[in-house]
Amino acid sequence: MRFIDEYRDAKAAHKIAGSIRRTATRSWKIMEICGGQTHSIIKFGLDELLPDCITLIHGPGCPVCVTPLEAIEQAVIIASKQNVILCSFGDMLRVPGKKKDLLSVKAEGGDVRIVYSPMDALELAKKHPDKKVVFFAVGFETTAPANAMVVYQADKQGVDNFSVLVSHVLVPPAMEAVLSSKQNQVQGFLAAGHVCTVMGYKQYESIAEKYRVPIVVTGFEPVDILRGIQLCVEQLEKGSFLVQNEYSRVVTRDGNLNAQKIVDQVFCVVPRKWRGIGEIPNSGLGLQKAYERFDAEIIFKLENINVQEPPECIAGLILQGIKKPHECSEFDKRCKPEHPLGAPMVSSEGACNAYFRYRKYSLGANS
Amino acid sequence: MSENKEFNPSCPISISDYPNVLLAHGSGGTLMNQLIDGVFKIAFKNKELHKSHDAAVLNIDSSKIAITTDSYVVDPLFFPGGDIGSMAIYGTINDLAMSGAMPIALSVGFILEEGLEMEKLIKVVNSMQVAANKAGVDIVTGDTKVVDRGKGDGIFINTTGIGLIKHNMSIEPSSVVDGDAIIISGDIGRHGIAIMAVREGLEFSTFIESDSAPLNGLVSKLIDSKIEIHCMRDLTRGGLASALVEIAKTSNSQITIDENNIPVREDVRGACEILGFDPMYVANEGRFIAFVKRDDVNKALNIFHSDELGKDAKCIGYVSADKPGSVTMRSCIGTMRVVDMLSGEQLPRIC
Repeated sequence: MRFIDEYRDAKAAHKIAGSIRRTATRSWKIMEICGGQTHSIIKFGLDELLPDCITLIHGPGCPVCVTPLEAIEQAVIIASKQNVILCSFGDMLRVPGKKKDLLSVKAEGGDVRIVYSPMDALELAKKHPDKKVVFFAVGFETTAPANAMVVYQADKQGVDNFSVLVSHVLVPPAMEAVLSSKQNQVQGFLAAGHVCTVMGYKQYESIAEKYRVPIVVTGFEPVDILRGIQLCVEQLEKGSFLVQNEYSRVVTRDGNLNAQKIVDQVFCVVPRKWRGIGEIPNSGLGLQKAYERFDAEIIFKLENINVQEPPECIAGLILQGIKKPHECSEFDKRCKPEHPLGAPMVSSEGACNAYFRYRKYSLGANS
Repeated sequence: MSENKEFNPSCPISISDYPNVLLAHGSGGTLMNQLIDGVFKIAFKNKELHKSHDAAVLNIDSSKIAITTDSYVVDPLFFPGGDIGSMAIYGTINDLAMSGAMPIALSVGFILEEGLEMEKLIKVVNSMQVAANKAGVDIVTGDTKVVDRGKGDGIFINTTGIGLIKHNMSIEPSSVVDGDAIIISGDIGRHGIAIMAVREGLEFSTFIESDSAPLNGLVSKLIDSKIEIHCMRDLTRGGLASALVEIAKTSNSQITIDENNIPVREDVRGACEILGFDPMYVANEGRFIAFVKRDDVNKALNIFHSDELGKDAKCIGYVSADKPGSVTMRSCIGTMRVVDMLSGEQLPRIC
């Protein structure tokens, strides 16, 4: 298949891995930001092809994993109400809230529906004018344009029974939070290809400069990721700290300007709590004042929900790359995909889930 | 204490962590297996059930009779490549075939929803008869119930099948041995994607139809040609991955497969990429895997290839004794990874 097979080519992958082995003269720690990249790395065993001196640190770029417990709890409360339809992307349904997940709410009679596009939720609202239809708008810059568009359309079409529960997050502030942490070990980044498809990579140039770290915009296929690592290692060895674009078949420096325009129109930058990490300033998107009447948090009066995260889940350390999933004492014990303690075990982009699915036996966790 | 216990018998059915049944309990993954092991197998304790095979094999006088049952709930009722009626025939026929049984007869139970268009019912019933003719079996008894509007999804069908086993092999997971070759009968993932495309209104540039088909003819050819078959499993919910994991666990053996040998059609691969699905876990209705004696693999492949339903068959891997209960896969770039069962349904990813 075009655009897939050539990027999953064994010969090409091994050639790049060989080049990385020849280039690397000392140890380097590189963080892949996006959970999609983490998943590919573990699924294809890319880290096995790397020399021992290269360590990959799995970053916080899994939208499901970083959605705070409060937001899940808000969704659970909304979905449990009468005459409400809660629409969500599939991944969110199994994330445990304070006491239960959205799938359990559904089993108890709540109207929870999986949608493939936020526009499907708007269509549902039009079809059920007697019900309040709420879309759980989560994700990074990648999903923000479509989620902004649905609010814009709801406003334009006057669909007053529609609202959004927003828990959007932004990548650059999270990178800065990682880099300025006292525990930081990250020396180079693979930036998330699809976030950059929307936003471009201009905004990473100041981060690379300020923290003197190379940042390589990278795709999601094995050859993409290995090539991203290769470029990053070459820069690290030379001591340079530029933003490079490995994913040029999709990403431009400016990104998708139309998408950015609709995001700016509907959303504004707000502080956001990240699950397991805490609040990061300017790291989220919330609705602009002009669209406040579509804010489910206000409609359902849920602004003051506070929930403690389970202390045994080390999601925060995992999401900051300080610990690997199998280093958690509950991994494959009390925490499994069917009974997760935290979101990284649920999401298909979560590091714990990837280790569980593709590494369980080789880690010896199940023996 | 022990006296007290006698007067307070506890329910043998363990209470799972979930107080309610979730949809994921029916998806062929880990949760469903927990439900079967933790509730049904505990309540219905018997040797035959514990073999965890698609059909139970009963010795009646000097005959070996296979019996199986399956219920069919599918939305939409009609989909490219089939409908709930043909699926209800082929699914049960295939479960019989997986123990090497020749189907003798089927029963059918209908649960119909008040208000169902008669025209739809007739279309489904006619399709069942056409499918039964194709599989060479009669539907000899049945039952009908009607439930209130809103309490069913149009039509639910249960079919039970009995079949006669004429060979002397024990075709079941416990017969799998070190060295067995694993053959897959054709490309995977088409049924799941065909259903998904109709249900969600997704359009692809090519037409993806379900692989729904009766497998008893092809299985008969293998048996008649004296291929030493140790186990067979049709790939339904949970797909190829779940079937392999189930067999590895039940037979306490290690299975190693090669990703490059697993046939997936281009358009199915494309659809899976878009939705974030792994074709290894997508449902099939006309595909199976056969564990055969290693020496017989080429002869078996020739038989597969001579049949329309097996023309794309491939040997995908082998059984070993190294890590009992595990499935590993050599990826397309040559690295090794674990293949595990999903906990529930595959959920479309966010981005």
